[in-house]
Amino acid sequence: MAQPAHTDVHHDVAHHEEHPTGWRRWVYSTNHKDIGTMYLVFALIGGIVGGILSIAMRLELMSPGMQIFSDPEVFNVFVASHGLIMVFFMVMPAMIGGFGNWIVPLMIGAPDMAFPRMNNISFWLLPASFTLLITSLFMPGMPGGNGVGAGWTLYAPLTTKGTPGVAMDFAILSLHLAGASSILGAINFITTIFNMRAPGMTLHKMPLFVWSILVTAFLLLLSLPVLAGAITMLLTDRNFGTAFFDPAHGGDPLLWQHLFWFFGHPEVYILILPGFGMISQIVSTFARKPVFGYLGMAYAMVAIGVIGFVVWAHHMYAAGISVNTQAYFVFATMVIAVPTGVKIFSWIATMWGGSIQFRTPMLWALGFIFLFTIGGVTGVVLANAGVDRSFHDTYYVVAHFHYVLSLGAVFSIFGGWYYWFPKMTGYLYSEAVGKLHFWLMFVGANLTFFPMHFLGLAGMPRRIADYPDAFAGWNFVASIGSYISFAGLLVFLFGIAQAFARKQHAAGNPWGAGATTLEWTLPSPPNFHSYETLPRIK
Amino acid sequence: MAIFYRMVMLVAAVLAPSGVAYANEGQPAPWQIGFQHANTPIMEQITSFHTYVTIIITLIALFVLSLLVYVMYRFNETGNPQPSRTSHNTPIEVAWTVIPILILVAIAIPSFRLLFAQYTFPKPDLTITATGSQWYWTYDYPDQGIHFDSIIVQDADLKEGQPRLLTVDHEVVVPVGKNVVVQVKANDVIHDWAVPSFGIKLDAVPGRLQTTWFRAEREGWYYGQCSELCGRNHAFMPIAVHVVSEQAFNDWLAKTKAASASQDEGGKVAVAQN
Repeated sequence: MAQPAHTDVHHDVAHHEEHPTGWRRWVYSTNHKDIGTMYLVFALIGGIVGGILSIAMRLELMSPGMQIFSDPEVFNVFVASHGLIMVFFMVMPAMIGGFGNWIVPLMIGAPDMAFPRMNNISFWLLPASFTLLITSLFMPGMPGGNGVGAGWTLYAPLTTKGTPGVAMDFAILSLHLAGASSILGAINFITTIFNMRAPGMTLHKMPLFVWSILVTAFLLLLSLPVLAGAITMLLTDRNFGTAFFDPAHGGDPLLWQHLFWFFGHPEVYILILPGFGMISQIVSTFARKPVFGYLGMAYAMVAIGVIGFVVWAHHMYAAGISVNTQAYFVFATMVIAVPTGVKIFSWIATMWGGSIQFRTPMLWALGFIFLFTIGGVTGVVLANAGVDRSFHDTYYVVAHFHYVLSLGAVFSIFGGWYYWFPKMTGYLYSEAVGKLHFWLMFVGANLTFFPMHFLGLAGMPRRIADYPDAFAGWNFVASIGSYISFAGLLVFLFGIAQAFARKQHAAGNPWGAGATTLEWTLPSPPNFHSYETLPRIK
Repeated sequence: MAIFYRMVMLVAAVLAPSGVAYANEGQPAPWQIGFQHANTPIMEQITSFHTYVTIIITLIALFVLSLLVYVMYRFNETGNPQPSRTSHNTPIEVAWTVIPILILVAIAIPSFRLLFAQYTFPKPDLTITATGSQWYWTYDYPDQGIHFDSIIVQDADLKEGQPRLLTVDHEVVVPVGKNVVVQVKANDVIHDWAVPSFGIKLDAVPGRLQTTWFRAEREGWYYGQCSELCGRNHAFMPIAVHVVSEQAFNDWLAKTKAASASQDEGGKVAVAQN
C-alpha cells in the first residue's frame, strides 16, 4: 500500500513548544495524548496479568480433580484478582483513560483536557492502586492462605470475619485509589465535554464516542462514591468495631450487596458504553455512511445509563429479597433490552446501503455486534427471577457476562485499538496480523464461553476449583478455547512490535472518506497541542 | 399473548426429543447441554419457561445474524461501491422500538406467573432446616427432633456408583410427593442451598432465616452444590437429598430417633445409615 509522505509540520511546531522530555515528559505529563498513551500501556500490562490469571484458572479446570493448584483458596484468589484486574486495571483504563483521553479532545476540537494536572494525578493513582492489589496477593488473607479470595464482588461477611488477614485491607485501599482516580477522570471529562467543544460543535453534533464517554463519566461520578462508601464501611467493620454488615450487632450482610450492586450494575455499563461509542465510529467509517439514527443512538446510551441505576437487585434474586421486589427488578431489567436493541439495529442500518470495507477494526466491530447480541439475549433470560433461580451463581452467568464483556467490551477495545493505532502512533500495522489476531480471538473466545452456557444449565456453580466429573467435557473444550485466545494475545503483541519495527508511516486519514470526525483532519500522530487554531464546525 | 406462548411451546414439544431415558437423574451427565431433569412442579415450570424464552432469543440472535450476513454480502465495497447517505427512517425506528417491547411483554407474562408460583407456599407436610457452615451443612428436622451434620465423602472413601464431590456422609431424607419446607440459615459466611433438579436455590445469610419449598415427584438421589462463594472449600460442601417412599421415610425416622436416643449424651446425634 502506497503511503503519502509524512509531513514535517509537527517537527516545526514541536520545536518552539516547551515541554518536558525524557522521563519528565511522562511522570510530569499534563498532555492528554501522553497520559492516554500511559493509560493504554497500563491497561496492556493489566490485561496481560489478568489474562495470565485466567489461563491459570482454565489450566486448573481443564480436567476434574486438583491440577495446578494444591490449595483451592489459591484458585479463589486467582478468580477474584482476575475479575478486579480486568475491570479496574484493564477495561476501564483502556476505554476511558486511554481512548477517552486520547480521542475525546481531538474529536471535539479541544487543545487538551479541562484539568491537565488533575489528569496527571488520575493516571498516577492507578499504578499505586495496582501495586496495592498485587501486594495483597502476597499478604495473609483467609486463615492459612494469602490474598483475597472473595470474588470481585467482595461479599461480606466473607470479606469481614471470613478474611481476617490484611490482604483484604490492601484490596480495599486499592479500590479506594482506583475509585478516586476514576472520579477525578470523570469530572475532567464532563467539564471538558461541556466547556471545551470547538465553535459550532453543539451537543447534538458530537461524535457518538464523545457521547458515550460523557454518559460513562456521569455513571462513574454517581456510582463510584457509593462503592467508596461501601468499602469504607467494610474497612471500619474490619478494623474499627463498626457492624454495618454484622448481624450479631444489628447489621446486615445484604446491605453490602445492595450497596455493591448499586455501584456494580452501573459499573458494567461503564465497561461497555465507551465500546458502544467506538463501534459506532468504526461502523460508520468502514461502511462509509453517517451513523443511522444519530439522536436515537445518543439517547439510547443516556437511557441505558439512567435505567442502569435502578436494576441493581437483579444480581440478588437468590439472596432472599421479597417476591414483589424481585418482580419490580424483573420489569426494570427487561426495559434495558429496548434501548440496547435500538443500538444493535441502528448499527446494522448504518451498514445497510453502505460500502463496507473489511479492514481489521471493522472485523472487530462486526464480531462485537453479533456476540454482544448473544450476551444481550442471555441477559434477557437472566432478567427473569423465576428462571434465574436456576442460573444464579452458575456458569450460565459466567458465559453471559463474558459474552458482553470479554467478547463485547474487549472486542470493542481491540477494534478501537486498530482503528486509532495509526492516529496515535503514526505507524500502520499489518492488516494480516490484525486479522489473524481477530480470528484467533473470535474462535478462541467463543470456544471458551459458549460451552459455559451448557455447564450452567447442567448446574455447575461458578468459582469452584474442582467440579463433579460430569462437567469435564465442556470444561475441556473451554480450556482449549482459552489457549487459542491466548495465542491471539501473543499475535496482538507481535503486531504492535512489528508495527513499530516496520515504521510504515500513516497518513492523517488512513481510512478514506468514511472517517469524518475531527481527529482524522490532524496529522498522525497529532501535534503536541493538536489544534493551533480551533476548528470551526459547520 | 397466551396464544403466542402456547404456539411456541407446541413447536418446542414437537422439536424436543421425546421419551428420553434419564439415566443420571438428579445429577449432571457428561456433555449435557440442558437442565437436569425436573423432579418438582416448579422445576417443570422453570424448564418450560426456559425453553420458551430460549426459542425466542435464538430466533432474535439468528435474525440479527442473518441481517449481518446479508449486509456484509450485499453492501460491501465491491458489490456496492457507492454508499447511500440515508441516516433516518422514522417508521423503522419506531418499529424496532415497539416490537421488542411486545416481545418483552410476551416474556414477562409467563415470567411473573413462574415467579409468583415459586413463592406460593403450599401447606407444609415436613419442615427441615439447613444451616450452612464453613464447609458443611447441618440439617434439623425440628418437629421430629433430628439433627445431624452432612459432610462431603472424600474421593478415596467413595463407594461404587457414588458421584465424586456430590456424595455426603448423611444426606437429607424426605418423603416423595410431600410438600417440604426448607428453612435456610448460616453460621459464619453466606452459603447457598441449591438442588438444580428441584429448581430451588436460596442464599443462607447470617442473621436471616429464609424459606423455600419443594415437592419431589419421584424417588431417588438428588444432588446440588453450595452456590455462593464461601471460602477455601466452597467446592466441597455438596447437598444430597434422598427422596424415598413414605414408608421408608417413617422407617428412617424411627431408626434415626432410636439411634439418637441411645447416644444422646454428647449432644451429637448419630444418624442411621440407609
